Amino acid sequence: MGLTDSDIDAIWLTLKLAFTVTLILMVIGTPIAIWLARTKSWLRGPINALVALPLVLPPTVLGFYLLIAMGPNGPVGQLTEKLGLGLLPFTFWGLVIASLFYSLPFVVQPIQNAVEAIGKKPLEAAATLNSSPLDTFFHVVIPLAKPGFISAAILGFAHTVGEFGIVLMIGGNIPMETKVASIQIYDHVEALEYSGAHRLSAVMLGFSFIALLLLYSFQKRGLASKFRIGG
Amino acid sequence: MKLTLPFYGIFLLIAFGLQSCDFVSTQREASSATKKMAQTSPMRARVAVASNFINPMKELIAAFEKQTSYQIVVSYSASGKLYAQIINGAPFHVFLSADQAKPSAIVENNIGTNSNRFTYAIGQLVLWSANSQLIDNSPKVLEQLNFRKIALANPKFAPYGQAAVDVLEKLDLMAKSKPKWVMGESISQAFQFTASGNADLGFISFSQKPNHGSYWAIPESLYTPIKQDVILLDNGKENIAAVAFFEYLKSNEAKNIIQSHHYKVARKAN
Repeated sequence: MGLTDSDIDAIWLTLKLAFTVTLILMVIGTPIAIWLARTKSWLRGPINALVALPLVLPPTVLGFYLLIAMGPNGPVGQLTEKLGLGLLPFTFWGLVIASLFYSLPFVVQPIQNAVEAIGKKPLEAAATLNSSPLDTFFHVVIPLAKPGFISAAILGFAHTVGEFGIVLMIGGNIPMETKVASIQIYDHVEALEYSGAHRLSAVMLGFSFIALLLLYSFQKRGLASKFRIGG
Repeated sequence: MKLTLPFYGIFLLIAFGLQSCDFVSTQREASSATKKMAQTSPMRARVAVASNFINPMKELIAAFEKQTSYQIVVSYSASGKLYAQIINGAPFHVFLSADQAKPSAIVENNIGTNSNRFTYAIGQLVLWSANSQLIDNSPKVLEQLNFRKIALANPKFAPYGQAAVDVLEKLDLMAKSKPKWVMGESISQAFQFTASGNADLGFISFSQKPNHGSYWAIPESLYTPIKQDVILLDNGKENIAAVAFFEYLKSNEAKNIIQSHHYKVARKAN
């Protein structure tokens, strides 16, 4: 009845990937989100659109471009070769980079919405009290937008766990390196091992439900009820 | 900085995407035939085909449709996926698998019979590289492990992947080569990994091999023959177009076409 060793490996790798990606995205997504929430620049529209692109693009488009760009004839591939890093497709870090693109909107948009919901007033009040921008960020923005940050982390994590199409295209199915849980399920199905597919699928279903349950319970308790994804 | 970075990235991707159109054109194109509305008409047969057989299939359909008034609506995919669709009620009439296991399983599921089944092609495996210097029509490159990544179809379910594993086992290179494996979900994806240069070389179907690059025509003694069976599904027994196409595959004309794509065929009915 239990999961096989390679199922466990796949789950472990999936968690490692999702954790790494979420951590990096929280660091690079936060300044982008705050900038998008506050700016009046004409670039707001284009950057918003770029960030949201992975929501509407088929993963095959992203996977295809990444495979070409990171390949030996692609600009990214030539750069990584020059830096002595080798080629990124079929490696864990290749998947990390692909997932950064793929999960970006799921991290940026909740933070952006939460920061927009705070409005100008608390920040202006902080400024009149001589608070530095960094102080304001840590003592005003983070506490007030906390549910947004939590939503962002949960969604970024869960969405990376659910990634399939891009990994299929650039992963190469290497155990402990690129063979994540969704690929393992696909393998089970292709090999007509339907009971193995059922077991791992049930784990994924349970995980996704719990992640979303957490998300919605945080949102209920949070200040702003306006967090939405996709706009 | 943080503004220009995403922009730059996307432009790079798009610019490069346009540049590499020649790669795009080697990708399999979805058959326009599948887009025709597949209504059930006895004049029109729905055929599911393993992805390694795309090139000969296109030619077979063209020749068949020229001499009959029937139409073939074709779907290409990995055999495992097609099989799963068929046993779950997909409305195909004929199934050209990449192996014998799936047609056998179809018989066990009582949606086809052994009397309506035969080997239409025997696949041949080659080791190919897009780099014209890498392979000198011998296994030397494998023995010297003179590469970073080697692509093969997933041996767990793809017959061409199993054949590749047979070869590596015969050469006693399994353990040494395994860290360098990248596995495609089908032989087509193994080819795509190799053609894009992301894998230095790969085990592919002879019928897919482009004229450029370098290759090793692997002796058949090194792997179990890749017998590919076709089965007329019970669903298609009443469809005259399906029956006609199934019979056409046994004709000498069809066998010549299949052979011209580097498959072997049995000249006597088996």
